[in-house]
Amino acid sequence: MILEARNVRRLYGAFVALDGVSLSVREGEFVSIIGPNGAGKSTLINVLTGVLAPSGGSVRFKDRDIGGIGAVALTRLGMARSFQLVQIFPELTVLETLQAAVVSRLGLGSRFFASLAGDGRVQREALEVAALFSLHDKAHTPTRELPQGDKKLLDVASAFALKPEIILLDEPTSGVSTADKTAIMDTLVTAAGRIGLRAIVQVEHDMDIVFAYSDRIIALHQGKVLADGPPATILSDQRVMDTVIGRRAATRRAPAC
Amino acid sequence: MRTAVVLVLVAVAIVALPLVAPAYYVTLMLPFMAYGVVLLGLNLLFGYTGLVSFGHALFIGIGAYTGAVLTTRFGMRQMELILLAAALAAAAVAAPVGALCVRYVKIYFGMLTLAFGMVFYTFLLKFYRLTGGDEGMRLLRPYLLGQSWEGFSKTAYLIGPYYYFSVVILALATLLMWRVVRSPFGLCLRTIRDNPLKAESLGVSVPRFRWYAFMISAVYAAVGGALLATPTGNVDPTLAYWTHSGNIVFMVLLGGFASFFGPLLGAFVFIFLQDTVMSVFPYWRLVFGAMLAALVIFAPGGLMGLFARRLPVEVSRG
Repeated sequence: MILEARNVRRLYGAFVALDGVSLSVREGEFVSIIGPNGAGKSTLINVLTGVLAPSGGSVRFKDRDIGGIGAVALTRLGMARSFQLVQIFPELTVLETLQAAVVSRLGLGSRFFASLAGDGRVQREALEVAALFSLHDKAHTPTRELPQGDKKLLDVASAFALKPEIILLDEPTSGVSTADKTAIMDTLVTAAGRIGLRAIVQVEHDMDIVFAYSDRIIALHQGKVLADGPPATILSDQRVMDTVIGRRAATRRAPAC
Repeated sequence: MRTAVVLVLVAVAIVALPLVAPAYYVTLMLPFMAYGVVLLGLNLLFGYTGLVSFGHALFIGIGAYTGAVLTTRFGMRQMELILLAAALAAAAVAAPVGALCVRYVKIYFGMLTLAFGMVFYTFLLKFYRLTGGDEGMRLLRPYLLGQSWEGFSKTAYLIGPYYYFSVVILALATLLMWRVVRSPFGLCLRTIRDNPLKAESLGVSVPRFRWYAFMISAVYAAVGGALLATPTGNVDPTLAYWTHSGNIVFMVLLGGFASFFGPLLGAFVFIFLQDTVMSVFPYWRLVFGAMLAALVIFAPGGLMGLFARRLPVEVSRG
């Protein structure tokens, strides 16, 4: 077990965003978290990535309690994340963005007088990740000038440049054209294999993406786990059909499974 | 390449200036060089980390008063030691002040730094026995490189040894800052400036790096403050007053915070423009106020932005 949440509760005042959520992520798994708007998916990601402390229960990563320890500490432990809304450094180039991740991973950030340009290892590793995500041709392009799909890709690529053991992706294809979605997911899965990622967790609304790439799906509804199982099981779960996926979508997807 | 040529020409001009220019204009270069050091530090905070301090005159004041106290109360007149002491004093104050301020951003950071600046200003004004109150304190002519330069008149001292001493300090400060902004540390600061949330997710400890930047900028301000006070031979609380903080922010905006050399250009233009405007028009602040408004509206990239159209690329290149 790499990541485990036990009976997690998260309150915003009187509002219960997560109510007794338990889940686990095992070695080699690609887990998708689905649910309607307001189900608590983003809150769950924020709790799992230590950004939010759970109001109750516990979150353990590699057998260590990580509740609310913060993004920086979690990054050092080997967990990375990307965001639902694309997060870039507008004034930095693609290469600089990836260099920042490599610098952080190697613990070089406190080198006040070292030459960044002269650090061959940082340069090489950043370019390797750029190539992995097909961004090497745009290495010196300011990120604000990238098309939306590339921005999203860079957001994810920078998380991969941390060489984490597990990565949590909050809607990795949101805001991206349908044509680009599959390409991004294929790139992501290929890159995961290359860097030896142990597990991927994603929050995703696009059910085509969810069912095409997931080993396991966790359905959330009103802050609770509605179902947890492989795609075929989820597809046959009537409650999930009614509240999360919708009958028409399920009918359309059934032959593929 | 073009930048290198311009830099060499500027360096040659600065070194040759005392040989060709009237003494008056040479002495005007002294505050430029002192402010140059201050602004290099301030822009690490402003242009590279995205934090606007409205209280940085606090550290200029610390540097200036360190020089005054050491030369008048302790008889220590070696300028090199004064600068070192100013840097240490600023670091000692900046450590707790910065630790508190960097937890806030935008207007809250600016207001907190302003508040600390005003606390120090009031301290200087009210603790008469320690600071001389509104009259301030004398700052005796410092020794340079172990020499007292007693045989030199004040003007000869300022446009000779002190001028070249200031040139060396500004050059060293510039080279050091050049390294800092191009280091892995400098890159981390730029990630924080652009997107703190994303920076955190990449493992960059935002408060810690902001604090480092604050400390460095405070040290630069104190060194610049000690340099600034020496030519007048007197320090007073206005050095730490909030309008002084406003002036240095104005200099950064005037030159362009998005460029490494922008603040230096801003300091140069400010000093010489102030001198010119003051000589023909008593209400120079009126002119500068109008200029500031025009700058913000028509040239947010400052003077350097007018030269280099593509400002953000300049930023990313430092």
